Amino acid sequence: MLANYFPVLLFIAIGIVMGVVLLTAGRVIGPSRPNKEKNSPYECGFEAFEDARMKFDVRYYLVAILFIIFDLEITFLVPWAVVLDTISPAAYIAMALFLFILVIGFIYEWKKGALEWE
Amino acid sequence: MFDGLILLIWTLIKIVLIIVPLLIAVAYFTLAERKVIGSMQVRVGPNRVGWCGLLQPFADLFKLLTKEVIVPTNSSRFLFLIAPVLSLAPAFAAWAVIPFSDQLVLADINAGLLYVLAMTSLGVYGVIIAGWASNSKYAFLGSMRSAAQIVAYEIAMGFALIGVLMLSGSLNMREIVLAQGGGIGHWFVVPLFPLAIVYFISGVAETNRAPFDVAEGESEIVAGFHVDYSGMAFAVFFLAEYANMIMISALMTIMFLGGWLSPIDGVGDGFHWFLIKTAFSMFLFLWFRATFPRYRYDQIMRLGWKVFIPVTIVWIAVVGVAVFYGVEPWFDIRDLQTAGQAALEVASGDGS
Repeated sequence: MLANYFPVLLFIAIGIVMGVVLLTAGRVIGPSRPNKEKNSPYECGFEAFEDARMKFDVRYYLVAILFIIFDLEITFLVPWAVVLDTISPAAYIAMALFLFILVIGFIYEWKKGALEWE
Repeated sequence: MFDGLILLIWTLIKIVLIIVPLLIAVAYFTLAERKVIGSMQVRVGPNRVGWCGLLQPFADLFKLLTKEVIVPTNSSRFLFLIAPVLSLAPAFAAWAVIPFSDQLVLADINAGLLYVLAMTSLGVYGVIIAGWASNSKYAFLGSMRSAAQIVAYEIAMGFALIGVLMLSGSLNMREIVLAQGGGIGHWFVVPLFPLAIVYFISGVAETNRAPFDVAEGESEIVAGFHVDYSGMAFAVFFLAEYANMIMISALMTIMFLGGWLSPIDGVGDGFHWFLIKTAFSMFLFLWFRATFPRYRYDQIMRLGWKVFIPVTIVWIAVVGVAVFYGVEPWFDIRDLQTAGQAALEVASGDGS
């Protein structure tokens, strides 16, 4: 059974090797004539005004947190969905309750304005 | 030991047989994009290099190969160079479990769909790391936008896949296709129509393609996360993006359009149907790009969170009830599973 996963592992390795080989080819074949102006970060020809690692909107964090909640929900749904035709009504109702609670949470987020992005 | 070596070499050959056509497909997809969009805008498109411009992708490749790979002074050098690799490797690795036809599959694993989901999600690391390591404002903004957008649409995508799982009763890609046997009316696109639409649009958003290309938004943040990349480093990002687009099209084909199955039950199933359907989905990407203006960022987030997630949750509930009560003709999956099982037994019987 696990032998089936060997080609997958090999494929990932080949993918990484390909990326490295292409990059190295670019470094080897392409010229390398660095100078101060060329190597400065691109900012439409201006000198960089300040550090690029600036403050950013807290909503990006919020999106990430919401993503974790919903992605976990999907992870819970996957095994349930696969065996849906063989499970007992109790298991079915349990998942329906779980989804119901999450939907309430979702409506709460919506009303609180966590999904707004003006 | 000797057997192991033969297995290793044989697997390597098969991997090369997948990667090389994939690379050629990417090369000609870029040409097709320029030609198709050219035609839609009543232009000719590239037509100088080779007959009708057919050698254009190779000219592009050689040009990129001979350009300098600039590493900006302020960047985090290691992360800057590893980011393209991190975005290319998963884009390619996901192809390991794609069944091209009933026999043509490299790794027929049971957790196929989970693996694909994991690999397509990993791509976001390349984008975030590239934006961070460049240490440039445009790259940083682009990568933040892109990451938030990708995770938002990932949820809609995951929910759409739950619908597929409920109908197929399996995570194995081959069994998912076999569960759609019985002609065009039994492809999952019919009972799961809203999920199929949500899945494909989410796929367009995941790959940062127009009309969801605010991450690259040429007219506002120049090129987003790969603004400071040049030469082959840029080419690797480009390769990953196009490989991902082909990947999304192939997944659309497998999960909703019946994979290698022909529209008429049992007549001429095979690899060619997989190709035709995938090519059609790929054409849709180009068509979208030529047709729709770019969405605003708040519109994108609204579509992802407030439209797609409610739609998919409702449709999952509907499908759940329908499958549980075995509603004919689509949701009675016991029949489908016995049919799929029989087909599997025939297939494995041929193999041994």
